[in-house]
Amino acid sequence: MKDKKANFKRLPLLEAIILGFLVVAPLFLSDFYTVILTRMLILCLLAISFELCWGYSGIMTFGQGLFFGMAGYAVALLANKVGFVQIWGVIPIGIFVGTIVSFLLAWLLLLGKKAPEIIFVALGTLTFSYAAERLVSGWYYVGGGNGLSIFEFLSFGSYEIEPGVLFYYIAGIALLVSYLLSRYLVRSQLGLVLAAMRQDEKRLLFLGYRVRGFKALVFTFAGAVAGLGGALYAHHEGFIGPNNMGIGISTMAVLYTLFGGVGSLIGPLIGVFALETISFTLSGVDAFKSFWPVILGAILLVVVTFKPDGLTGFIVSRRERIGTFGRIDKKEKNGRKETKD
Amino acid sequence: MTILAIENIGKQFGSLKALDGIDINVEKNTFHGLIGPNGSGKSTLLKALAGDHFADQGTITFDGIDITHQPPEYRASIGLNFKFQITAIFPELSVYDNILLSVQSTASIWELIRSRSRASLNDKILETLEQFQLLDKAESLAGELSHGQQQWLEISMSVIRKPKLLLLDEPTGGMSPEERRATGELLLPIRKETTLVIVEHDLEWIKDICDNLTVLDQGKVLDSGTVDKIEKSNKVKEVYTTRV
Ligand SMILES: Nc1ncnc2c1ncn2[C@@H]1O[C@H](COP(=O)(O)OP(=O)(O)OP(=O)(O)O)[C@@H](O)[C@H]1O
Ligand SMILES: [Mg+2]
Repeated sequence: MKDKKANFKRLPLLEAIILGFLVVAPLFLSDFYTVILTRMLILCLLAISFELCWGYSGIMTFGQGLFFGMAGYAVALLANKVGFVQIWGVIPIGIFVGTIVSFLLAWLLLLGKKAPEIIFVALGTLTFSYAAERLVSGWYYVGGGNGLSIFEFLSFGSYEIEPGVLFYYIAGIALLVSYLLSRYLVRSQLGLVLAAMRQDEKRLLFLGYRVRGFKALVFTFAGAVAGLGGALYAHHEGFIGPNNMGIGISTMAVLYTLFGGVGSLIGPLIGVFALETISFTLSGVDAFKSFWPVILGAILLVVVTFKPDGLTGFIVSRRERIGTFGRIDKKEKNGRKETKD
Repeated sequence: MTILAIENIGKQFGSLKALDGIDINVEKNTFHGLIGPNGSGKSTLLKALAGDHFADQGTITFDGIDITHQPPEYRASIGLNFKFQITAIFPELSVYDNILLSVQSTASIWELIRSRSRASLNDKILETLEQFQLLDKAESLAGELSHGQQQWLEISMSVIRKPKLLLLDEPTGGMSPEERRATGELLLPIRKETTLVIVEHDLEWIKDICDNLTVLDQGKVLDSGTVDKIEKSNKVKEVYTTRV
């Protein structure tokens, strides 16, 4: 019992270390690296979004890139066609687009008469992602294959938020808030239902849960998080293109999470930092550039074969990742303290 | 008062008539045993009652409501509970959380998100854990329990909900005689609130806890009545001495 207790502290410790690092990072990083780290923070939103679906709700989705990209396109169009770049509008719009699109997909794919198979949802979201990617690359109004550039900086009033330290902290706060909300959700009593749903959905029906609604809810929330990421991404990069909304980026969301570790929210973050760092380091070497997808595939193969728990699995035990949802409060009951130390 | 009325229920798998015109009445707050040789249709009948599959013919009326074609989550929500023949706990959740999951199922999504009932259910859950001798396993994963303890956990998950009707499919399967006796004792106190329909192979065990018995054979009711009557029934003796 005592060992178990000790192990239960690793996850919060890991979270604290990463948070601490992210808070101070811009103080000792050059602007160049701050911008790169900002991009990673934004991609973390995408990865968390996937983890909420797959790791917590058992929904295999290739739709996260779609929500991310749609939101990105929405704010890019606003910037380009209307000249609207105010942060207080851009962020809610991103969230809104992500929410609406994911809700529509949830309604189509998850809320049918029968509980859908994992593969059905995976292929369904894949199809939509692919279709959207094809659509925008052939649509001149949204920039076709070249995508859309945003020429103005994200602004607050007349103050321009250039990529750099301030943008970094804005992205950081967006991530922190999304992370904390997600964390609250997956550890709530609803999170308990989700955890059970991953194990035996049918059994939950016999307990009287209407499981499909729960799935749709989490899927939609995850869509909102991806949308937030997409809106920030478009403004941070000053660009959004078909590659940022299709199968490619959806697959990256999957890879980040599997590599970093399914079953915790910190795993996907670690996955983003690790994979993006590797990718960035190798991209300097020309010889590797064209092999990147192959290298990525090989890394993933190794992880899935030898360490299905991902990188986080080295640090945090499976039992801790499962966690406990109830508050076992035996001390309140007199004379019953057997298992508490 | 009849809480469960099964009328002319039939279920066919291909050419096999697994249930062939079953009629059973279960009285409120009684324990009703279902016995019969392997493959006689006991599990098939229970699954039709729980909504795991739907009968091809006949009607099932529970507490005045025709539930023949209602989905399982609806049946659960009106107080009908089902334990599978194969233990179906959630192995990757703690024992405590398994029970929490079972007892919080009437809460709304919004209440669940805010974890509204978590604190107030604590005492009730601990009591149930104690009753089923699982208190010191509260924080272990359910999958780490012994087979017998898993069965108890599953029974306790049902019992804590105080269902109007509880369906148990071989709850003592794989238990030692010791554990069987304990299971019988655990079930006795629920009679105040719950009607029990229980499937068992073991006539000796089931007759001690049940009021009435129905014997199935090849998808038909062979005989039905009080334990005394069934024990004396010649038809039943025949089946039980020649085929079990
Ligand atoms: N899903 C199914 N598809 C086809 N046949 C089935 C199916 N389920 C059950 N059967 C058949 O229906 C008959 C009744 O099965 P059932 O499981 O109800 O028996 P049982 O009385 O519960 O037996 P046991 O004591 O072994 O649990 C058996 O012949 C079985 O093979
Ligand atoms: Mg059976």
